[in-house]
Amino acid sequence: MNKMEKALYELSEMDELAARSSPIHRLHPAAKLLSTIAYIVVTVSFDKYDLSGLVPMLLWPVLLFQLSGIPVRTCFYKLRIVLPLVMAVGLFNPLFDRRIVLQLGTLAVSGGVISMLTLMLKGLLCLMASFLLMATTPIDKLCAALRMWHVPKLLVTLLLLTYRYVGVMTGELAVMTEAYHLRAPGQKGIHISAWGSFLGQLLLRSMDRAQELYASMLLRGYHEHFHYAPVRPFALKDALYAALSISAFLLLRYVHVAALLGKVIVR
Amino acid sequence: MIKFQNVSFAYEKGRPVLRDLSFSIARGEAVGLIGANGAGKSTVMKLLLGLLFGEGRILVDGTEVSKANLAVIRRKLGFVLQNSDNQMFMPTVYEDMIFGPLNYGLSREETERRVDAVLARLGLTELKHRYNHKISGGEKRMAAIATVLAMEPEAILMDEPSSALDPCNRRIVINTIRDLTQTKLITSHDLDMILDTCTRVLLLSGGRLVADGPAEEILRDRALLEANRMELPLSLAGRR
Ligand SMILES: Nc1ncnc2c1ncn2[C@@H]1O[C@H](COP(=O)(O)OP(=O)(O)OP(=O)(O)O)[C@@H](O)[C@H]1O
Ligand SMILES: [Mg+2]
Repeated sequence: MNKMEKALYELSEMDELAARSSPIHRLHPAAKLLSTIAYIVVTVSFDKYDLSGLVPMLLWPVLLFQLSGIPVRTCFYKLRIVLPLVMAVGLFNPLFDRRIVLQLGTLAVSGGVISMLTLMLKGLLCLMASFLLMATTPIDKLCAALRMWHVPKLLVTLLLLTYRYVGVMTGELAVMTEAYHLRAPGQKGIHISAWGSFLGQLLLRSMDRAQELYASMLLRGYHEHFHYAPVRPFALKDALYAALSISAFLLLRYVHVAALLGKVIVR
Repeated sequence: MIKFQNVSFAYEKGRPVLRDLSFSIARGEAVGLIGANGAGKSTVMKLLLGLLFGEGRILVDGTEVSKANLAVIRRKLGFVLQNSDNQMFMPTVYEDMIFGPLNYGLSREETERRVDAVLARLGLTELKHRYNHKISGGEKRMAAIATVLAMEPEAILMDEPSSALDPCNRRIVINTIRDLTQTKLITSHDLDMILDTCTRVLLLSGGRLVADGPAEEILRDRALLEANRMELPLSLAGRR
């Protein structure tokens, strides 16, 4: 398998993770979506120096990993490409913000370092939360949930088709890189002189395929309306899940758990 | 049921692919469309489905294939694409199979029944919940045929249904096609399959219809076939 095929394989593996069964998988997609959005909003809203307040937010994804049976390793493995990008965002903070905010023995910690760590942790938490949502909820159920909330049909269909289209494009890329390497043995990557035609071909080919796929949808009676698998009605446990998780996030946000614990221990 | 009247078509100006094509297919007929690579077989199918538009008139059940009539036309026709990768777009075989029937307003239960019946008939029950990207090319082809049969169209168009199939699956497809009572239009380079499944053959060459007649007759005509870059079907060549 070349790198691209692997990427494709991984992408489609999300469908398989999502098709598993666990108490989390069985929750209503709307409840999970709501809870995830709340989690991300709360996480992002932490003050940029509030590292100790943010750390307890880790509890939530850890709990979800436990309950859903999704391996943490899979998460980090799949996120290995985006994770560094997200984490790199705060990398320059230590250079700009040198005010000392904390003295640990002889070690002086600047505001920049704290805010960098906070930003990195925020990125990590948000990514994990999104991953957990995707890994426990099939994309069409998620779309059905969005439709339930009256998100415009066009937008939802766009989301669904984009998700599928990424697969088509990586698939074409896999075929092309393989064909290229078979005729350019021992070459690492794709030679710069071939990039232009390679990219052009990729675009044309995936457009062609997308067009045929779309035609095949039309030929089977598709008409602006996707028949999502029926989602069972919102039950009490879904409401409880959403309410409990959101209250937990708010609690973690406004009650400083770390400080509280500190006080208890000191006493 | 299907009628082409003086149909011409070109993808690019000055390079006609089909020239003045006329033929008609009666309801229930099984017709093989043969011709060399690039003869225009797939193009004929795409014109019929309203995926392309050319000159001349094409009628399905008396309704002209035009932008306004697409929904009516397509409801009647089931199309197995030459490339199954482009036909299957849902994660699993099952989800792909229910796509068409649901779009046509069938209930979930009815759809489910149809899906199971088609899968059983093709011997594919095991494939139902498999992921489309994790089945072989031939299995995907069988699944693609299943998605079309699940729609129970009035006429079935198949573009190279037997390519990529092992002998056993090829035989299953042939038998399935023979059992179908619908109108059938099948393109293939597998002339033995055409002989087994079709009663009539249209031979396309250089964008024109060069022969139209009983399958037994045309597929036995060595000179005609060879003049058009084809060979006698093995079963008729007597070299088994
Ligand atoms: N999108 C396109 N743009 C331009 N020319 C095309 C396009 N698709 C097909 N053609 C040309 O039209 C002609 C007929 O193509 P078509 O696909 O109908 O052939 P076919 O009989 O199905 O061949 P095969 O047996 O290889 O499937 C070919 O010469 C081909 O090069
Ligand atoms: Mg063709």
